[in-house]
Amino acid sequence: MSQSSTEVARQSKPEDGGTYTTSVGVRHGFDRIFTLLLLVATCVGLVVLAVLLVDVALDGVPELDWQFITNFPSVIPEKAGILPALVGSLWLLALTSLFSVPLGIGAAVYLEEYAPDNWLTRLIEVNISNLAGVPSIVYGLLALGVFVQLLGGLTGGRSILSGSLALSLLILPIIIIATREALRTIPDTVREGGYALGATQWEVIRGHLLPMALPGALTGVILALSRAIGETAPLIVVGAAAYVTFLPAGPRDRFTAMPILIFDWVREAQEEYQLLAAAGIVVLMGVLILTNSFAIWLRNRYQRRY
Amino acid sequence: MSVETSRGAKSDPQVWQRESRGRVIRERIVKGVLAACAYVSVLTTFGIVLVLLEETLQFFRKVSIVEFLTSTTWTAAFPGPNAEYGILPLVAGTLLTTAIACVVALPVGLGAAIFLSEYAPVGLRRWLKPALEILAGVPTIVYGFFALTFVTPLLQDVFFGNKLYGFNALSPGLVMGVMIIPTVASVSEDSIYAVPRSLREGAYALGATKREVATKIVVPAALSGIMASFILGISRAVGETMIVAVAGGTLAQFTANPLQSIQTMASYIVQVASGETSRGSITYDTIFAVGMTLFVMTLVLNIISYLFVRRFRETYE
Repeated sequence: MSQSSTEVARQSKPEDGGTYTTSVGVRHGFDRIFTLLLLVATCVGLVVLAVLLVDVALDGVPELDWQFITNFPSVIPEKAGILPALVGSLWLLALTSLFSVPLGIGAAVYLEEYAPDNWLTRLIEVNISNLAGVPSIVYGLLALGVFVQLLGGLTGGRSILSGSLALSLLILPIIIIATREALRTIPDTVREGGYALGATQWEVIRGHLLPMALPGALTGVILALSRAIGETAPLIVVGAAAYVTFLPAGPRDRFTAMPILIFDWVREAQEEYQLLAAAGIVVLMGVLILTNSFAIWLRNRYQRRY
Repeated sequence: MSVETSRGAKSDPQVWQRESRGRVIRERIVKGVLAACAYVSVLTTFGIVLVLLEETLQFFRKVSIVEFLTSTTWTAAFPGPNAEYGILPLVAGTLLTTAIACVVALPVGLGAAIFLSEYAPVGLRRWLKPALEILAGVPTIVYGFFALTFVTPLLQDVFFGNKLYGFNALSPGLVMGVMIIPTVASVSEDSIYAVPRSLREGAYALGATKREVATKIVVPAALSGIMASFILGISRAVGETMIVAVAGGTLAQFTANPLQSIQTMASYIVQVASGETSRGSITYDTIFAVGMTLFVMTLVLNIISYLFVRRFRETYE
């Protein structure tokens, strides 16, 4: 191998007045091998994804029945269900959207439409792209320090409210970045047309820019929220409980969520619990596939070019 | 509001001016509210730094910073007079799983990026790219389950037998690598895509083959973006929590052996947080000290990646 490669190197040296002597056939042979390697690299991820989905489905689908959806967690695996986790995840989803969507879209509108080009704006931008790279568990520690301990009297401590605030801060950068990109694709003629008719900046934003940017922003919002549904680590740090035998009645109640319950089942050594975890994953992935297909449909339906 | 305006239109010649003054005030209020939304992100960063700093300082009142940074024993999960608080085993575990993930994710991600931008026909690309991005959307707890119940038994049966522990660094590292492929691929592809066509055509005109153009012209030209994608991928791996928490074990060992049980910084935090820990105890403080270390490491990586990205933007835009 090493001999042949040195030979190629020697041959390809343009000794006789700059003519290439490596055979074109050899070079094209390398090309074919290289193309094949690239194809393999592209497929590796997809193959693993397919194996993962099949593996989870084989384990989980036989466990699924209506009882699994409507029962509470139990020490008897046959009777265990995910009802409180499902309800907890829905609570988290509702509150997280309530906090993060207006904040994220507001911040994006400010940065894209109002913010002057100065060091403060650049600082905010660098800061947002940095926050997007902070590990999710660190957001959990932030929420533990601020929402659970410092503001525990307001939030109810280890509550749905604290959990959804942690998730909101976590997905805020994703929403801001997606909304800014949607606003940026709107041509300036729309803005200038509005001003020419005497509209103020806010009237142009409310009447024209926001409706036009909505599909793009909404796609980003749905992707961000589906990330929030699947997040486990920050909720564990905030202190979601695994065995909850009641349904939360308000945002200041203790809670559990689907990923938390799955994590708890995965850690049990017994085979039955592993199968329960797989069934929980099937439900979780089902929810995610629904939300993601909706996002893709939305993007294809409203994608416009100006 | 509208009733008032129409009434004023008859009697008050100054109505437009009043109206416009109202509009000016409303504009100011709206701008202020929107700016406040943008400042929430700055507050978040301040919050993270302050919370981590405060509790970390609490921790260093009880444990010396020298011990924390140099001792190779971490027994914080069992607090007592003999407990040792050296973070190196957790750092070693984190770097080990990260390295394994990088062996998978960096070449595969770059290969996929080159294939998508240079080789794949437009129709195929439109399908492949979103399909790859699904990998980044799968919740990490699902990957953890997959690593523990599928990859580890597979590795034991096919390659290592009993030498591979039930909880180990290898299996979560490999699965984490697969998870990071789309991160590396999509950032690399953006920068490869930004390489001007004229460079490729110049090389073709000199008789280069497609592979030679890809490896000797396009990749070097897009190098800063590719480096940025690598560093971003590494930063993801360093901060990844659930895969290792599920499949890596809870034994903080100062080892480079991927077949053994390990603990990373993030999975230590999960282990402590999922038990009962009261505020003020030293165990409670350790998770913030470990979190601080994790935060600083990913912050440095993210800043380096940001600088690389900015360089490639300056070159071609």
